[in-house]
Amino acid sequence: MKKDLVVIGAGPAGLAAAISAYEEGIRDILIVERDNLLGGILNQCIHPGFGLFTFGEELTGPEYAARYIAKVKELGIEYMLDTMVMDITRDKVVTLSSGLKLEAGAIILAMGCRERPRGALNISGTRPSGIFTAGTAQRLMNIEGYMPGKEVVILGSGDIGLIMARRMTLEGAKVKMVVEIKEKSGGLARNIAQCLDDFNIPLLLNTTVTKIHGKDRVTGVTLSTGEYVSCDTILLSVGLIPENELSKKCGVRLEEGSNNIICSEDLMTDVDGVFCSGNVHHVHDLVDNVTKEAIKAGKSAAIYLRR
Amino acid sequence: MRRDALENRIYDVAVIGAGVIGSAIARELCRYDLSVCIIEKNVDVCEGTSKANSAIVHGGFDAKPGTMKAKMNVIGNRMMDKVCEELDVPFKRNGAMVISFEGEDSLSELVARAKANGVEVEIVDPKDYEENISSDAKCALLCKSSGIVCPFELTLGYAENAVENGADIYLNTPVLGIKKDENFTIHTSKGNIQARCIVNAAGVYADAIHDMYLSHSYTITPRKGEYLLYDRDLKDLVSHTIFQLPGKMGKGVLVTPTIHGNLLAGPSADDLLEKDDLETTDEGLAYVLNTASKSLKDMPSMVITSFAGLRAHGDTGDFVLDMPACGFFEAACIESPGLTSAPAIGEYMAGMVAGYLGADLDPSFNPVRKKRVLDGDRIICRCESVTEGEILAAIHSTIGARTLDGVKRRVRAGSGRCQGGFCSIKVMEILARELDVPFEDIRKNTLDSVIVFGKTK
Ligand SMILES: Cc1cc2nc3c(=O)[nH]c(=O)nc-3n(C[C@H](O)[C@H](O)[C@H](O)COP(=O)(O)OP(=O)(O)OC[C@H]3O[C@@H](n4cnc5c(N)ncnc54)[C@H](O)[C@@H]3O)c2cc1C
Repeated sequence: MKKDLVVIGAGPAGLAAAISAYEEGIRDILIVERDNLLGGILNQCIHPGFGLFTFGEELTGPEYAARYIAKVKELGIEYMLDTMVMDITRDKVVTLSSGLKLEAGAIILAMGCRERPRGALNISGTRPSGIFTAGTAQRLMNIEGYMPGKEVVILGSGDIGLIMARRMTLEGAKVKMVVEIKEKSGGLARNIAQCLDDFNIPLLLNTTVTKIHGKDRVTGVTLSTGEYVSCDTILLSVGLIPENELSKKCGVRLEEGSNNIICSEDLMTDVDGVFCSGNVHHVHDLVDNVTKEAIKAGKSAAIYLRR
Repeated sequence: MRRDALENRIYDVAVIGAGVIGSAIARELCRYDLSVCIIEKNVDVCEGTSKANSAIVHGGFDAKPGTMKAKMNVIGNRMMDKVCEELDVPFKRNGAMVISFEGEDSLSELVARAKANGVEVEIVDPKDYEENISSDAKCALLCKSSGIVCPFELTLGYAENAVENGADIYLNTPVLGIKKDENFTIHTSKGNIQARCIVNAAGVYADAIHDMYLSHSYTITPRKGEYLLYDRDLKDLVSHTIFQLPGKMGKGVLVTPTIHGNLLAGPSADDLLEKDDLETTDEGLAYVLNTASKSLKDMPSMVITSFAGLRAHGDTGDFVLDMPACGFFEAACIESPGLTSAPAIGEYMAGMVAGYLGADLDPSFNPVRKKRVLDGDRIICRCESVTEGEILAAIHSTIGARTLDGVKRRVRAGSGRCQGGFCSIKVMEILARELDVPFEDIRKNTLDSVIVFGKTK
């Protein structure tokens, strides 16, 4: 089967890119999403803070996504849910988990990013339950409605970790501290103020977790200062990595270490007709910037297809 | 069958421990006209040493000639193709090399042992076989019959095939005491189990089981081995299992591809006091990294996880495969190459028990493990491309998964580079739905490994 444009991922980047390409005159578009709903990671970000630049108002993640989802539906852009892209080739053949093969005129990569797990940090100790990435804990609470812990230490001061410090506190958990190995937090200043300071949650800089304790469930951590802190839960918020496994398959060039995509000004990767946008390109602070970039990627793909 | 409550019957044989050794023995016992049960303290099979090891099917060139270790290793290695075919276990003979930084002389002891054990080896230049090997490696002993296997599937395959041939399995049932009148009475956390014979295959705890019935005669010291597991992207870094010269504490640190295409480095070797100390340590992991780095030109940095396993190191110097008292059998001190030897130990021990009981072969025995295939092509684990159908099969197979780790070990959901970040919640949902239990009842592995604490406000 042929498709003018295949967009991989239906988060804010994929949705905006598809809409932008449509507005540039491309009609034969397919968005492929592995989850069972459109919107990507925004669906679990129920806190406000999205869209200040794009819409001039503060929306929650789902509200922000809803605007783009509505537009996609209104324009009648085709999408597939519960479908994962398994392979892309250099000549833009896209294989789906259903076995279907699509010959794409152009591709926009919009797979987003993933969180670094414990293994990437190589923290020694036991392997009990109660260790979550901040995003997994967020999903557990905001989508599934379950409490992932009662006494929490957060490792890393990335934004999702900060947001989760507040979220868990509001739900009655005791967030004992956020520890950050660097001398400065990588999170947004407004998140430090609103999520930690307002709740008297200490942020320990130049500090990290050196050992995890507990046989069944986490019972505590040892800090680099030598201090032992008891807790039943560890949230990891230690950085995001662009999810570029697929990109590699078709030969897209990546920056070593960061896993960022190396691309041209118009967001075309090293592979002819394969574009990228959003956190799969590199991790963005704000969704507004993702949207801006995605609009450009959609436009570039349209120009490429019309050439 | 998998039994939750105890059966009121007298088994011919009760096997204690559902590691690879106990499971292999139970399956081989099912070839005979015997009623068999397996008693395991953990909530799943393969929760002990069998889940955390190098997973190498050793060639048998370094075991001391004449020992049970050497015999069982060599026979086990030869049996592995057939067993893995019958039990549907991933296995590959990728070959192993012991590299030497000194020269051919340093390998002569191993060559002599290989010859005595009847194992084919040759001396080669490792650079002819591996691009990424350290340029300091002067020569290597190559053993082509060495392989890599999936240790979970081997253990599970044996246990499931035993159950499919009529064995009962009691999980979550620690043995607490043993008495003998006419038969053995095995006191467990759930009550008493009666059997005519016992096979002690309790891994690092085998000395404790022995001491429940007999006077102390050997001591097992847990010897910890720590590992680093690397991203699949590195699968082509080496194709052989690369050893350095063995030392006093074991075969040393190796670097190997795993059967699932990851790269594995380890193990360290540290004797412990506690039998359940599976902590990784900064020192242990640093030792593994430093030592493994010597084998390769460049040691990569893409570690996805680290873990530790415990060798059941006995003061006997060899495997204990014996009947120390009438009807009381044991397969103890089964450290490396225990996994390799499992097929041979299973056959050997089952033969011993069947001989003692005067049992005949059971013509209805079916050596082929049932494979469940269930529909559902939705991808649940992205990193390892695991479908919902595969997870359903893991839950509904003969000894189905009940925990997150149980699913992970059976079908690899959550064992990839994101380590379950994306899929663990979905797997929990599927487990809860299929087992018809509340979401918050799903555990990571043990009964106390709670994952969530009830609903949000
Ligand atoms: C670091 C390391 C590396 C290794 N590498 C290799 C290798 O590459 N190749 C190889 O061939 N071998 C290797 N081995 C050896 C191999 O892993 C073991 O020999 C093998 O797994 C032992 O199996 P087992 O069934 O005896 O023990 P286990 O798997 O530990 O099984 C024993 C079982 O008994 C149960 N049990 C204990 N007490 C009780 C009780 N009271 N009641 C009920 N149940 C009880 C336990 O819960 C456990 O499930 C390695 C071992 C280690 C530690």
